[in-house]
Amino acid sequence: MSVATITLPEKAEMKKTREGFGRALVDLGEQDPRIVVLVGDLTESTMVSFFAERFPDRFIQVGIAEQNMCGIAAGLAAMGKIPFFATYGAFASCRAADQIRVTVAYTNLNVKIAGAHGGISVGPDGATHQAMEEISIIRSIPNMNMIVPCDYWETYKATIAAARHKGPVYLRFGREDVPVVTTKETPFTFGKGEVFAEGKDLTIIACGVMVYEALRARETLAQSKISARVVDLHTVKPLDRALIERCARETGAIVTAEEHQVNGGLGGAVSEVVVQSVPVPMELVAVHDRFGQSGKPAELMDAFGLRAKDIVAAAERVLKRKRA
Amino acid sequence: MTPEAASASEIEAGHRAGRLQWPIEKLTEKALQIRRDIITLLSKSQTGHSGGPLSCADFGTALFFHELNIDPANPKWPERDYWHFSIGHVTPVIYSLMAERGYFPLRDLMKFRAFDGHAQGHPSAHDTAGIEVSAGSLGQGLSVCCGVAMAARMDQHPRRIYCVMGDGEQQEGQIWEASMFAAHYKLDNLCGIIDYNRKQIDGDVEDTMGIKPLDAKWRSFNWNVIDCDGHDMKDILGAFAQARAHRGQPSVILAHTVMGKGISYMADDYKWHGKPPKPDQAEQALKELGTSYAEWSARLLAH
Repeated sequence: MSVATITLPEKAEMKKTREGFGRALVDLGEQDPRIVVLVGDLTESTMVSFFAERFPDRFIQVGIAEQNMCGIAAGLAAMGKIPFFATYGAFASCRAADQIRVTVAYTNLNVKIAGAHGGISVGPDGATHQAMEEISIIRSIPNMNMIVPCDYWETYKATIAAARHKGPVYLRFGREDVPVVTTKETPFTFGKGEVFAEGKDLTIIACGVMVYEALRARETLAQSKISARVVDLHTVKPLDRALIERCARETGAIVTAEEHQVNGGLGGAVSEVVVQSVPVPMELVAVHDRFGQSGKPAELMDAFGLRAKDIVAAAERVLKRKRA
Repeated sequence: MTPEAASASEIEAGHRAGRLQWPIEKLTEKALQIRRDIITLLSKSQTGHSGGPLSCADFGTALFFHELNIDPANPKWPERDYWHFSIGHVTPVIYSLMAERGYFPLRDLMKFRAFDGHAQGHPSAHDTAGIEVSAGSLGQGLSVCCGVAMAARMDQHPRRIYCVMGDGEQQEGQIWEASMFAAHYKLDNLCGIIDYNRKQIDGDVEDTMGIKPLDAKWRSFNWNVIDCDGHDMKDILGAFAQARAHRGQPSVILAHTVMGKGISYMADDYKWHGKPPKPDQAEQALKELGTSYAEWSARLLAH
C-alpha cells in the first residue's frame, strides 16, 4: 500500500479535470498511432480540441449521435485502433448504455469512453446534464472498467492508464475548475486506491472532486482529535478490495464520499466489499435518490450535502456507531 | 470414392482462403445445403429462429462463397474483408455459413444454443472464433461497420465491409444515425444488405411500423441503393458487383426475400420468425429439401 501523503496547500491551484484528459490525449497521440478520438458535437467542452488540432486525420466528428458514436468506436477498436469517444456523462452512460453493454463490453473491445460533466457541480444546466448515475450503470456491466479521477493531474494519468489497459474503460470528469491536490509525481496505479493521508479512527474513501472535500474534512476532524485516513479510490472498477478490507480492519469505520447517486455508486461498491469481509459501520455521503437542479455549482454542492462539513457530520455519526 | 470421402472433399472445397467467386450452380447447391443445416440444427436445438435465417440463405451464401475475401482458418487474417450480421437472431444461418465455409466443424451446429457448445443464441465474439463483434440488440451493427470502414480508410486498407440488416430493424433510430455518418464520410468501402422479407415478430412490417418507401429513404440519405431478388443468385451477384464498383457513396442492397423461403409451410408466414420446427415438421421440411434428419445430421456430425 503506497501512501502519497497529500498536504492541502493554503490556496490550491484551480483547474479543470477534463483539461488533463485533453492534454493526455495529445501526448498519447504522439506516442501511439492507434489512438483515435471521436466526439459528438462537443469538441471544445470535452477538450478533445487539442487532439483535433494536432491530429485531424485521427479525429472523427460524429455529430449528435452518441449511440452511433459508441458503435463506431467499437468498429475502430475491432480493427486494432484505440478509440476514445467523448461526450457528456449523461449521454455516454445512459443514452449509449445498451451499445456499451452489447457491442463494447460483451465483445470486450478496447474502447475508451470519456464522460464529461459528471455530478451536481455541472450547475446551471440542471438535472438533465448532471450525470449522477454513471458509476451504478457502468460498474454493473461485466468487463467494464471505470476511473473517477480527482483533479487535473490524476485525470491526465487516468487517461494514459486507460489507453494502456486493454479493454473498455469509462472515465468520468466534472465540469468545474477544481483544486489540484496531486502533482505530476503522485503515484497512480489503475485498479489501486491511494492513501492520501493516514489516520486511525476511521477511513474516508472518496472519488472525484469529493477527494478534496475529504481532505478538508480530515483537517476539521483533526481539531476534535479525530484521526481520519483519506483514500482516493479513483478506480471504482475493478475495486481495490484489499485496500478497502485493510482500511476496515485498521480503522473500524468507513465514510464514503461521491458526487453521485447513493444507489449503487462508490458507497454501494465499498459496502459490498465491507459487508462480505470486515463488517464495520459505514456512512455514505452522496446524492440521496433525487434529481439535481439549476444553480451555481457551489450552492448546489452545499444544498445536496456534498461538502467537507457533510463528511465531518457523517464521520461523527459513524464513530458513534463504532463505539456503540 | 466412398460417399463419405466425396462429401469430405466437397466440404473442404468451401474452406479455401480468399474470395471463392463460385459460379451460380455451385452457389445454388451450397444454399440448399445451408437450408438443410438450418432446419437440422433447429430441429436438434428446439429453440431459435427459422424465418429470417431461411430468407438470408441465398444472399448469405453468395456473400460467403463468392464475395468475401476471408480465411476461415485464420479469422483475424489482416487482409480480410469484414462481415457483420446486425440481426444477431439469425444465428442459424450465420453459423451454417461459417461452418460450411470452414470457421469451425459442422458438428458444432448440433450444439446450437446448448450449454456445452460455443454457438450462443446470438453471436458472441467471446465464444465463437470468427465472430468479431457480438450482436443481439438490433440497430447497432451498421455503426460498428462504419467504424471498421473508417479504420480501413485511415490505414488505406482495401478491405470491403458488409453489414446484413433486417427490414424490421430499420425501425431502430441508430440505423439512421449510422446511415447519415456513412454517407457524410462517403464510405464507399461499406455495403449494407437488407433482408427485405416484409415480416417481423408481430406481423407484417407495414402493419407493425411501416418503413416504406425504404429505397427512397436510403437514397435521400445519400446512399447508392440497389434492388435485387434476394433469392436469385444472378441478381444477387449483380448487386454485389454494382456495390463494389460504386465510388463516392456507400451502397445498400435491398434484397427482396421471403421469410421462411424454401419450406412450403413456413414461407411468407411471420409466425415462423422466432420459433423452430418441431421434429416432425423438420422432417417434412428436410424432405422438401431432398434429405432427411437422419441423413443430414449424420453429415453434420461426421465433419
